[in-house]
Amino acid sequence: MPSYVDPEKCDGCKGGDKTACMYICPNDLMVLNVEEMRAYNQEPDACWECYSCVKICPQGAIMVRGYDDFVPMGGQVHPMRSSDSIMWTVKFRNGNIKRFKFPIRTTAEGAANEYPGEKGENLDDERLLLEKELPTPTKLA
Amino acid sequence: MALPNKPRGEIAAVVDPEVVEHSCDILIVGGGMAACGAAFEIKKWAPDDMKIILCDKAAMERSGAVAQGLSAINTYIGENAIEDYVKMVRNDLMGVVREDLIYDLGRHVDESVKLFEEWGLPVWKKAEDGSNLDGAKPAPTLREGGQPVRTGKWQIMINGESYKCIVAEPAKKALGEENIMERVFIVKMLLDKNLDNTIAGAVGFSTRENKVHVFTCKAALVACGGAVNIFRPRSTGEGKGRAWYPVWNAGSTYTMCAQVGATLTMMENRFTPARFKDGYGPVGAWFLLFKAKVQNGLGEFYANSDSVKEELEHYMPYGASAVTPTCLRNHLMLNEMKAGRGPIYMATDVALNAFLDEKRAAGMDEKAVKKFWKHLESEAWEDFLDMSVGQAGLWAGMNIEPEKVGSEIMPTEPYMLGSHSGCCGIWTSGPNEDWVPEVDGPRSHQYKWGYNRMTTVNGLFTAGDGVGASGHKFSSGSHAEGRIAAKQMVKYCRDNSHTPELAQSAQELADEVYAPVKRYHEFVGATTHADVNPNYCKPSGLMMRLMKATDEYGGGVATYYMTSGKLLEICMNLLEMLREDAEKMAAGDLHELLRAWENYHRIWCVEAHIRHIQFREESRYPGFYYRSDFPTCDDENWKCFVNSTYDPKAGEWKCEKVDCINIIETDPWL
Repeated sequence: MPSYVDPEKCDGCKGGDKTACMYICPNDLMVLNVEEMRAYNQEPDACWECYSCVKICPQGAIMVRGYDDFVPMGGQVHPMRSSDSIMWTVKFRNGNIKRFKFPIRTTAEGAANEYPGEKGENLDDERLLLEKELPTPTKLA
Repeated sequence: MALPNKPRGEIAAVVDPEVVEHSCDILIVGGGMAACGAAFEIKKWAPDDMKIILCDKAAMERSGAVAQGLSAINTYIGENAIEDYVKMVRNDLMGVVREDLIYDLGRHVDESVKLFEEWGLPVWKKAEDGSNLDGAKPAPTLREGGQPVRTGKWQIMINGESYKCIVAEPAKKALGEENIMERVFIVKMLLDKNLDNTIAGAVGFSTRENKVHVFTCKAALVACGGAVNIFRPRSTGEGKGRAWYPVWNAGSTYTMCAQVGATLTMMENRFTPARFKDGYGPVGAWFLLFKAKVQNGLGEFYANSDSVKEELEHYMPYGASAVTPTCLRNHLMLNEMKAGRGPIYMATDVALNAFLDEKRAAGMDEKAVKKFWKHLESEAWEDFLDMSVGQAGLWAGMNIEPEKVGSEIMPTEPYMLGSHSGCCGIWTSGPNEDWVPEVDGPRSHQYKWGYNRMTTVNGLFTAGDGVGASGHKFSSGSHAEGRIAAKQMVKYCRDNSHTPELAQSAQELADEVYAPVKRYHEFVGATTHADVNPNYCKPSGLMMRLMKATDEYGGGVATYYMTSGKLLEICMNLLEMLREDAEKMAAGDLHELLRAWENYHRIWCVEAHIRHIQFREESRYPGFYYRSDFPTCDDENWKCFVNSTYDPKAGEWKCEKVDCINIIETDPWL
């Protein structure tokens, strides 16, 4: 189900340091054409439909169209992602619509504790940060 | 209109890229769950002046197998005994596993899961009335004793759309943004010029600018996932991208480590998951959370039939478990399909309606049933929307509502991986503790040589999909394994104070990395179409050629996963020519150069796979692959590892049998 870009909405992220979709695509598919200042998916048959580009696009310019070798036309799945939840709209080929909303994160973006400055105790044992005694197997062969 | 003999991509590749040299103590290659675990952990142990660099070919926020998200964490030990985890993995993988690595993973994995929750991952909880609370509802955390929603014995449910973003954030902060190089694809590991069998660096290139990066390091972690698009997929048009495992995993981990002489193990193992047909949506929640059953085309729920029980008796003790090993579940499904009793359905309709009937029978009124249904429906769709949106898209396009009609499931094309229900990978040291067996002989036969998760090459470590013979780590276990390797790499650097030196100059390496670009520019003018040229081949065509060879001769879907000594020999001949022709790949832009190097990696790792299947004269994993000339699972002769080592000096491979030692009790087996 490759992603596609609406040329009316895409502004190429205004040619800033990062074009959002190009920054995020795990498979290096989304690229910016600098002359047109528009992005596109350069290899639709390598698209995993992970929706990373759809979710990150600040203009809401990216959608997904079902893989043309097995998905009948007319359906559409589209998300709206906020900092703590995601709302999915599922439109069926027959026009029916379902909506689902799920939490995605319980902390503020940037708030994950990386335990700065903390050091482990003993480099010569197997314990990792925060771990106390480690067990060893008891039911042996 | 211009003739199509021009580079297609947006970032044209030039013949002479800039060459940038970097010196560091530790290089982390990869940005997925294992690499994030390493990035989080490593500074907790490293002295302040230790230089650590991470290279990811994508952006860590959404890279690796968890890029899209996940709806469950499949390894959380919790209230269970770690010994039972070892027994489960051992049985699912047909007995041939490294129990030391599995036990070790089991004792670290929960800490990673607790960290994920602390960082903001919503983990479902059981309410006091037994109902399921989504992960945003107030409830005690796992660390505080909160009860997760177990589906199977080892799995817990999450709201995991942002799982990777949440895990990457503290990893990046802990390592420092200035030490992270995104969009740099490492393509070769490099040995030391002076020290035998010792890592000294790596080379890669940027996919954003014409730069080759050359690194020297004392230790390196190679953790860049498994291998996808190595066998012809069932969908060969646009849907080729809808691989079950992430389509960007190109076998880089196995190839780059093998090429410098790291011993591989169980490369014959592969994973051909049975998934919802075409969309490849997950089935775990349907089986475990919704208690759905599979139905053949005749409407029979065949899984508990007498003939199935009889068939499983051929595979004892493995077939006796309450949860049948994954390969044998495939085997039973294939038997139905081959007998003409397909297609196979997941009876989603039967399962969902059973829940509603149960509520009605318990006296719930219709209004409350409707409310309950809304919640259940939402859970069912979230499973796809969290981790496999394409499956939801397929249901939308097909007008499928799971409560009204079942959906077809089908075993996919084969994948290579070491973290899911598969166990191919690299032979590594286990923990340096007394309970891990001492074995005489070379490292390729030993279980421990000082540094946990170090490969047989000094200073070269791996984790996640990279560590072989210990599957069922999944996302959480891969993160924990990255953390284990991180600490060990610091220890290795403390103990080894040499200055690494590369055998080749930076310019020689750059010329090698950019060879496909040079070839493109040399010959592109010879025809009027850049893709059709007798002097070179393009990466896209070469990948299709690889997948055709493996599919037809290496036991792909074309033959219902059947191969034989004769077919494998043909496959190896085709691969040899493929490897020769890979030297003639051409790339006009940086994206194509990425694809060219991914293909080099694919070809090498597939060759190792075929070589191992050739060597193992039995069918250890019925349902994943079969050898028609050795059709049974032969415990008497083959309950052992197959390890292979490439000698980089001689350019030769050696395959050998290695003893498989049971550490955890075998009676009872489970």
